[in-house]
This record gives sequence, structure tokens and C-alpha cells, in this order.
Amino acid sequence: MSDRLSGNEAVAYAIKQINPDVMGAFPITPSTEIPEYFAAYVANGEVNTEYVAVESEHSSMSVCIAAQAAGARSVCATSSCGLALMYELLYVAASCRLPITLACVNRALSGPININHDYSDSMGARDSGWIQIYAENNQEAYDNFIMAMPIGETTTVRLPVMTCMDGFITSHAVENIELLETEVVRSFVGTYNPENYLLKKENPLAVGPYDISAYYMEHKVQEAEAMKAAKARILDVAAEFEKISGRSYGLFEKYRMEDAELALVLMGSTAGTAKAAVDKLRAQGLKAGLVKIRVFRPFPAEELALALASTRAVAVLDKSEGFSGNGGPLFAETRSALYDLKERPYLIDLVYGLGGRDIKVEDIEKVFERLAEIAASGETGSVYAHMGQRSKEDMV
Amino acid sequence: MSKVYNLKQEVEKPPRLTGGHRLCAGCGAGVIVSGVLRALNKEDRAVVTNATGCLEVSTFMYPYTAYTDSYIHSAFENAAATCSGVEAAYNALKRRGKVDGTVKFITFGGDGGTYDIGFQSLSGAMERGHDMAYVCYDNEAYMNTGIQRSSSTPRFARTATSPVGAVNQGKKQEKKDLTDIMVAHNIPYVAQTAPLGNFKDLHTKAYKAIYTEGPCFLNILAPCPRGWDYPMAKMAEITKLAVDTCVWPLFEVEEGVWHLSYAPKKKLPVEDFLRPQGRFRHMFEAGQEWMLEAAQAYVDQKWERLLERSGA
Repeated sequence: MSDRLSGNEAVAYAIKQINPDVMGAFPITPSTEIPEYFAAYVANGEVNTEYVAVESEHSSMSVCIAAQAAGARSVCATSSCGLALMYELLYVAASCRLPITLACVNRALSGPININHDYSDSMGARDSGWIQIYAENNQEAYDNFIMAMPIGETTTVRLPVMTCMDGFITSHAVENIELLETEVVRSFVGTYNPENYLLKKENPLAVGPYDISAYYMEHKVQEAEAMKAAKARILDVAAEFEKISGRSYGLFEKYRMEDAELALVLMGSTAGTAKAAVDKLRAQGLKAGLVKIRVFRPFPAEELALALASTRAVAVLDKSEGFSGNGGPLFAETRSALYDLKERPYLIDLVYGLGGRDIKVEDIEKVFERLAEIAASGETGSVYAHMGQRSKEDMV
Repeated sequence: MSKVYNLKQEVEKPPRLTGGHRLCAGCGAGVIVSGVLRALNKEDRAVVTNATGCLEVSTFMYPYTAYTDSYIHSAFENAAATCSGVEAAYNALKRRGKVDGTVKFITFGGDGGTYDIGFQSLSGAMERGHDMAYVCYDNEAYMNTGIQRSSSTPRFARTATSPVGAVNQGKKQEKKDLTDIMVAHNIPYVAQTAPLGNFKDLHTKAYKAIYTEGPCFLNILAPCPRGWDYPMAKMAEITKLAVDTCVWPLFEVEEGVWHLSYAPKKKLPVEDFLRPQGRFRHMFEAGQEWMLEAAQAYVDQKWERLLERSGA
């Protein structure tokens, strides 16, 4: 059925359709609407989820961890500083192999405090053992959330899943969306039936041990193996999802990449803007294309290398800084992925849009202009730069 | 409680905290946890939640658990929120017909995990009204990390971060009155107890905390021979002195009504409790009498206030 929903409402609606056992709820801009919409579903008796309105994001994640360990399917939503406050517990959730689903509505991290979109929050959690799936628009935010539980809960994976969408740009903009029937969603997602859980009568369970050096590393390796295994599962679930929705998803989306010589690697809603630029440049005869990363964890390194193998110059667009001194996190992953190619394209990184600074079709066109120069001259110039900086004089 | 307390009968129940854990000899926390879990009805299941601390690292070291019940440890500062999550799951799964039978929810945290870093989480869980018993085993410092001061450490006590030197004489501040703060949460049951004598007081209060519906809080003094610096065989004596000097009064607050559980026949001077402990040794040096006087005055004032509130 067709509807018009904001990204937040679409995700809240997906949660309603799933009707999870427990929700840990705490407000933070721009994810606040998700627990708000859901509170209304609870108040109206449209779901029978145990809704726990806690006193911090730290406690919402703590509630989710404990509830999931107790045998319940649990969800929460957060943004920015809320995710940062959960940081310690994100690792606990993943290491306890608890497939919690978290809707992350991306927002810049403090400081300075800023409520608009970039990926500094979820990029800070990229090494926590959570699967991360990013949406370009409302439809993808809805679809990704519905796919999250079948991915995370499967026994070969058993990892928590963070479905991410761009704060305000996606979370608050109302778009046309295709919703699935609730029965279809429920049967697709299924029920959560862990083998072992705290409330299991027959077999008490202990969770969260003090794990000494003799065992800790084996447990971490199991977690790493699970993350590797997640890649195939994500594709399997996507294939199943296509059957019920007609919508097709991969680890990333290739847009006009068949013969592309100049390409972008980027994430999220910027893909929409960049696709418009690609179309425009294609019409002018430039062999432009882009790769939109959907699954950042596990990172599809081999697949991305293949996708970029025949390009001549590539720009990574990073919407978070990272402070490595060598470019943003998406650039680090992409450059690492390309290392194994015998012949690599030229590669640059442009950090853009921090704290929600807008990016326009013209900005993308300029990036392609620069890629064309690099391809022609063989000179990359500055490999890592920031897009559209105002001068010091402009600042005052 | 339906029947008269009988220690012999109680200790015949199968232990829910089994032997073989790695707590120090003479540790107060171990006997407190055994004592609290003993108050569970035999047929009832429990899920135990634990904050990071001595108890956690000593009772659930992979791959061995000392608990016969289900147990979860997540982090240092979130024990109450963790217990909230387990209780929420129970409510949800019960409503959906996926669990049955009585399951009780009991949380153990040290004073660090309760008075300090876990305080927000505790306050939130109490306000939300989860059906749980939160038990603080209060050994008055961060013992797991090697005896650092907490907000529960009493004034003048020497710890690694409130040392005694030429300028400073142990901790400068008085102990935070957490029990009082929990009473201010208007929860159905709050009590202070200690591993004393035949454990009747501890047992009775643990039973009430576990079986009173809603959030309940127990603060239990947990002597620590390492941190307090006294011989490990002396736990019973030290506990008795804490109670008989009124340094650690036993009382309960049921639905807002204060009740004194024990008034010593002869209220002993505070220095009787302080003297056997190395952490207070500097208070007994010549010229330091003012510290003993200050400690006595503080205890007297708190005790008077307690008598007033409990109408004793």
C-alpha cells in the first residue's frame, strides 16, 4: 500500500508491524519521533510491547541488552550523543551476541553541539561489532528495519543491527512510500526463538562473564567470524525481501557503473543528489557513476574493489571527519579495499556536509570535474580535502 | 513471612550461591548474597543482576558461574537498568504466554555501582516502579580496583584516593546517606541491614524486599577485611560493633513508615567500631581526638534523627 510518511514515522510503523517484545525509549533529536509515534501505538493498544521509558540512552541500551538476553526481542532508537552515551554497551550487546535492533537517526556529534546530519555518531560505533545498514531515503529506512531482525537473529550471525538514516533529511522529510501489509511483515520477520535465555525455565543461563585472557580472544574471534558470515546473510535476506516487496537490495548500490571511468563512493541521502549530477554529466557524455554503500559493517571490501576495478579516478565522499589525519572512515575502508587490485584507480577523499551543511548537484559536478582532471593528468593533488570551506575572513 | 525464622532450617535449603567462587576469605559480600538468595521461596526462580565489581568478577568467571539461578552482568553503572530490562522482558513474554511461573528479580551492586556510578540508573529504575529488589552490598569504597574512596566511604577513612598525609586525614566528606535518598523515592520498601548474628534481620528484610510488589531497596553493610584493614575472621564482631555503636543502624521504611529494627541496650562509643580497623588508625594518634569527637557527633545526630522518624 502507498502512503506518505517521514523516515521516522516509516520506521516507527515498521516497529509497530513487527510488534517487538520490549522497547527502550529515550528522546533525542532527530530520532525522538520514533519513540513518540510508538508511544501512541502503545497508548492506543495497537501493539502490546513493553514500553520502557528510561532516564537515558545508556539505560535504553541496558534495557534492550537485558531484555534480549532474557529472551525478548528488543528495539530502540537514538541519535548522536545518545549513541555516544551507549558506546560501552554497544560492545556489550555485540559480545553477548544479542540481536537487538537500533534505529540510528544520524546526527553530528558534539561538540560543538549541532543537531543536523552527518555520520560522526555511527562512524564512532563502527568497530563495536554491530551490523550497520544505511538508508538513502524513507523507503530504504523502512525496508532496512524490516530486514534487520532476520539478519541479526540468524544463528550464524547473532549480532545486533543498527539501521541508519540521515537525520532531518530522511527522518523528517515526508515522501511517498510503499508499505507492506502487516501480516506479510510479521511472517517475514518471524518470531524470536533463541535457544538459551535468562527466563528459560529448564536451563538457567549466565550472561556477561568476567572473561580472562585464556578465553577472551576466542570469543572475539567468534564475533569476528559472525560479522564475516553476516555478509551472505544480508544478501539472502535481501533476496527474500525482494520476493515480498519487489525491491532489490545489495551490499551497495551501483548507479551507472557499467562503463564508468569516474566514480563516487558515498552513503545515504547524498546519493540522490549525486545521481542527479551523474545523469546530467552522462547526458554531456562523461562516463560518470557512483557506488552507494548500504552495508558499512560488515564492509563489502572485495565487492567494492570489483565494482571500482575498471574506473580511472574515484572520489570518496565522507560525511564525517574521523580525525585520522588521513581522511574520513569511508575513505580508509575504500582505500584498503582497493589495495588488492593489480591496477587501481586514482583515489581522493572529500569530507563534506559536517553538521548538516548542504551539498548540491553543482558541488557533485565539481567533484567530477576534478576527477576528470586527475584521470587526464595522472596527478591527484591533495588526496584528502574538505569541501566548500569558507575562508577565515568569511567567518567573522 | 508465613513461618518463624529458623536459621538451621534456612541453611538446609540448597545454596543458590554455590561454593568455589573466588571472593576473599571473610568477605562480607559473599555471605550477604547467600543470605539474600536464601530468602527466596524454594520453588521460585530468580534472575540475578550484578553490577561490575568484586562480586561479579569473583562469582562468574568464564566458564564457571556460582549461581544456580539465571544471572546477568552487563556493566558497572547500569545494574538497575539491566534488571529493568529483564523484568520488562518477563512482563512482555508472560503477556504473550511465553513464560510461566514466578520469577523474582534481584540486583546486587557494591557501593561504587550503587551510590556513585550506578546512581542514575538506580534512581530511574525505582521511579519507573519495576518489580525488583535492589541490594547494595556496601563495603564503603571501590574494593575491586584496590580500595579507592566512594561517596559511601565514611569521613576520615583512609583509602588509596583519600590517603592520610601531612595535610589530609583520610576522606574529607561524610558518607552519602543513600538509604534516605531511596526513601525519598517513595518506593514500597527500603531497609538497612547487616550480616549480623543469626541473620534473622537480613533474612526477614530480604524476604520483604523480594516479595513486596514494586521496587524495593536494601542497603547492607558489607565488611571488607582488605579495605577496612582488620583480620578476616572478625566479620561478625565488626558488624556487631557497627550496629551497637549506631554507625550502621538497622531499620526499615514500609510504605513511608519508619521502623527501627534494633536499638542497642547500651549504645557503644563510635571509637569501639573504629579502633579495630586500620583505615581509621590515624584517628587514634595523639592530637587527633577532634576526629573521634567529630565522628561521634555525626553518628549521634543521625541516630537522634532516626529515633525521631521511627518514633522510637
